[in-house]
Amino acid sequence: MFFWIVQRDLLLAVRRRSDVLTTLFFFIIVVSLFPLSVGPEMNMLRTMAPGVVWVAALLASMLSLGRLFASDYLDGTLEQMLLSPQSLPILVLGKALAHWMVSGVPLVMMAPVLGIQYDLPLDALFVLTFSLLLGTPVLSLIGAIGAGLTLGLRGSGVLVSLLVLPLYIPVLIFGAGAVEANMAGIAFDAHLSLLGAFLLVSIVFAPWAAAASLRVSME
Amino acid sequence: MFQGTNLACVRGDRKLFESISFKLEAGCLMQVNGPNGSGKTSLLRILCGLSSPGMGIISWNDVAIGTLGNEYFRELTYIGHLSGTKDDLTALENLRISSALAGQKISDKQAQDALAYMGLRGRESLPAKVLSQGQRRRVALARLLVCKTKLWILDEPLAALDVGAVKLMQALLEQHLKQGGMVIMTTHQDIDVTAASTIQLQLA
Repeated sequence: MFFWIVQRDLLLAVRRRSDVLTTLFFFIIVVSLFPLSVGPEMNMLRTMAPGVVWVAALLASMLSLGRLFASDYLDGTLEQMLLSPQSLPILVLGKALAHWMVSGVPLVMMAPVLGIQYDLPLDALFVLTFSLLLGTPVLSLIGAIGAGLTLGLRGSGVLVSLLVLPLYIPVLIFGAGAVEANMAGIAFDAHLSLLGAFLLVSIVFAPWAAAASLRVSME
Repeated sequence: MFQGTNLACVRGDRKLFESISFKLEAGCLMQVNGPNGSGKTSLLRILCGLSSPGMGIISWNDVAIGTLGNEYFRELTYIGHLSGTKDDLTALENLRISSALAGQKISDKQAQDALAYMGLRGRESLPAKVLSQGQRRRVALARLLVCKTKLWILDEPLAALDVGAVKLMQALLEQHLKQGGMVIMTTHQDIDVTAASTIQLQLA
């Protein structure tokens, strides 16, 4: 069942490529705006790179959260999911995985290329990509809770950012922190371990919370 | 046996209906009647377990549906106002995925046969967005052909259907009832379904 839902969402994403590309281009443009506006000051660009890339990834992943449940809600498929004899948290986990593959993975793959604009050294690029790889699925999972809670509300786009952004802060701190630590020449594995821990905790708990919030929203 | 006792529904500070009781045996049809806004859809959503009643108990084989959880959903097929078809998927994909979601994996062949029965032969691989409203409804209703559930809850199943499709639906419902299934439905159209017993539930 899990693979059915992942497959279905990926199929839908392939049929609507524009949705995927808007998120990716948003990320590329935001990250590229900074070097253009700040100027070619290499030291400054290097210090701000991890923060800028991570904040842009946060915003881009939030931009796509609206799509996570909204279209299923509008055409009645979500009702059918709630009435499915399959476990709802598993379905939610599948949807979050598909969301990450569609909106998170392209960002991760794009990040090293964008990092070059900031004159990041090779090993810092590697740490940046790896931290995004660990962190972006957490964003999709936590975002699913917010998307479930704000389903069908007016102005849900703004509301979901108010709900979800504060929860993203730990991921942001340790994600960007790993890269900064690497550039400062100190150990960064603690940051990455913490990101991994966030990922495991959110895989276990976020689907339950999101499933509960969907049931509440559909009442 | 499907039973509702003393059901009430409150929306805001307006009471939609109260003290609704019914008892549905195998082979029974219940038609829910009432003018627009009398709470038919709300009642059906409550009976599905999508929303909880303001008051009262719904039980399936004498166990409350809240405690049954997924076991109840295994016996239930609900087709609501929104037909639950994805615009970007083809009729065939829609049917296969919605059946799988309902816990009933079907083969391409089965799905094709069901769609052909619903009069969609040759349109299986068209995306749902190019189908007409009635054809989309037929795709949604094709699920009834492949599901093996006992209780069907149908909200306006005949909306947007033409005369031929209404006849198909009638035959389908009668067959289901004959096999010991149960049907709860709302409709504004005339449909003559013969059942072992028919309950008319009138909402004010």
